[in-house]
Amino acid sequence: MTGPGSPAQAVTSPITRDEVLRLAQLARIDLTDAELDHLAPQLAVIVESVAAVSSVAADDVPPSSHALPLQNVFREDETRPSLAPEEVLRGAPESEQQRFSVPRILGEDA
Amino acid sequence: MTTTELVAYDDAVARYDPVMGLEVHVELSTVSKMFCGCATVFGAEPNTQTCPVCLGLPGALPVTNKKAVESAIRIGLALNCEIAEWSRFARKNYFYPDMPKNFQTSQYDEPIAFGGHTDVVVDGSTVRVEIERAHMEEDTGKSLHVGGTTGRIHGASHSLVDYNRAGIPLVEIVTRPIEGAGANAPAVARAYVAHLRELLRGLSVSDVRMDQGSLRCDVNLSLRSSPQAPLGTRSETKNVNSLRSVERAVRHEISRQAALLDAGQRVVQETRHWHEDTGMTTSGRSKEQAEDYRYFPEPDLLPIAPERDWVDELRATLPELAAVRRARVQIELGFTDLEMRDVLGAGALPLIEATVAAGASPASARKWWLSELARRANDAGMTLEDLPITPAQVAGVQALVDAGHVNDKLARQVLDGVLAGEGEPEEVVAARGLGVVSDDTALSAAVDRAIEANPDVAAKIRAGKAAAAGALIGAVMKEMRGQADAGRVRELVIEKLT
Repeated sequence: MTGPGSPAQAVTSPITRDEVLRLAQLARIDLTDAELDHLAPQLAVIVESVAAVSSVAADDVPPSSHALPLQNVFREDETRPSLAPEEVLRGAPESEQQRFSVPRILGEDA
Repeated sequence: MTTTELVAYDDAVARYDPVMGLEVHVELSTVSKMFCGCATVFGAEPNTQTCPVCLGLPGALPVTNKKAVESAIRIGLALNCEIAEWSRFARKNYFYPDMPKNFQTSQYDEPIAFGGHTDVVVDGSTVRVEIERAHMEEDTGKSLHVGGTTGRIHGASHSLVDYNRAGIPLVEIVTRPIEGAGANAPAVARAYVAHLRELLRGLSVSDVRMDQGSLRCDVNLSLRSSPQAPLGTRSETKNVNSLRSVERAVRHEISRQAALLDAGQRVVQETRHWHEDTGMTTSGRSKEQAEDYRYFPEPDLLPIAPERDWVDELRATLPELAAVRRARVQIELGFTDLEMRDVLGAGALPLIEATVAAGASPASARKWWLSELARRANDAGMTLEDLPITPAQVAGVQALVDAGHVNDKLARQVLDGVLAGEGEPEEVVAARGLGVVSDDTALSAAVDRAIEANPDVAAKIRAGKAAAAGALIGAVMKEMRGQADAGRVRELVIEKLT
């Protein structure tokens, strides 16, 4: 299988201030310079701490995404009742026409 | 650089070599969603088919729909792919409101199927399209942009989201770069999507309605100076939702990119949106800065390791491969390549086959479905399949024509009657009084009256000018209000006057 590089690598490299800024922009979170200065080193500590796991894992330990050795767990293609729309929209900050009302996202045209 | 400055298509393909990659999303026709039991009915009231799982509420646990996995494997097999022995879902993280979870469950480097190919017939010759992968994922919610005039985001004040579609199973089929098509690239793209649609319909895994979004195509396209040159920068055109649009979008992107390259500018790697009305693409978000999905394996879903026995069982359920089947059917029906292309383009092949099976000739079946019925479907904004008439009824109408009970003009009224729910063709004929008069006594009397009323015409025919019979036939048909077999009237006129 010729796929793109391992997805795990991006997570284990230390996180830079620029990267935090870019992620904040993608997530539509406004961060001030002071907040960036404050958060970037903290996030870097978290990422580095998690990365410490790889130093423990030897070559003979395959990467794992699940705690249990289970696979092929399926459900049959059968419907179950959905929530009532009032229930669905109860957690929405705003709704209109029985839909979630969200701020428009610039640059996206789905 | 505006989008209106294009290079003429012929000039563009003379100077540049186009390379395409096509991504087709197929919505599977399961009754429940990919990871929860919510229904998948198209057109339901907004947010009535959602639950904690597809809304991404905390603590909800997704479980994979077995039928969706079977459909994905069958699609992979039909595309001559290898079926992975180990396959996982991954989270594709992004921050748009069309997914309430802030990620889409998809597959990344471990797709269920990969490394296949499929043979597409383009203008009588076969083009092999290599398949990179077919992977499983879930559809996103539907956004309605309000406050603007166009329904698009530009000018909108806010968006309204309906999550009924979020979580419906999708299979995304990705080709390897299609090279060497040259000026034929738009036709190859169209033929490939039409071919896939036919193949998927044959597998009964999707209703493949491009107009309802259950089959959607993204077109990646780049130009290079020659087939030996390295690949150029590509654009990805989304929202290409009809066969005709696939062809036009490829053509447009070739002309647009050629104009940029001619002017010494660079093509920006970006998402572009296809506009059916103008036949052009406009820039969407630029991938160069926006894309960072941080894929990682989905911890809430277990890996899929299809046992070989299961894969073999699924392989045994595959229908005859579409290309093989199409070639056989074309020979059986005796259609030319052009006729076949029209039939496939209209999605009418299964209907025509069923009509022939019900007793009509291939030519008459094709005529009814592609002319009269296609026009009525178009007027009603429906597909042929959705017209309230069955192939057997169409064959019934043709049988009435063949037996001389109705002529073509009356047959069209019979179709209208059937479509209006007035019953079977014979019932419509009886109820509307549409049968042609082949009762010789009645016809004979009418012919006598016409001869009497037109003595000079009758004299000409007696004198050997058979061509003059038309005037008498016309008079009889008029009296019978069109409900007579014109051939029989002619015979009677000639019999009586010679």
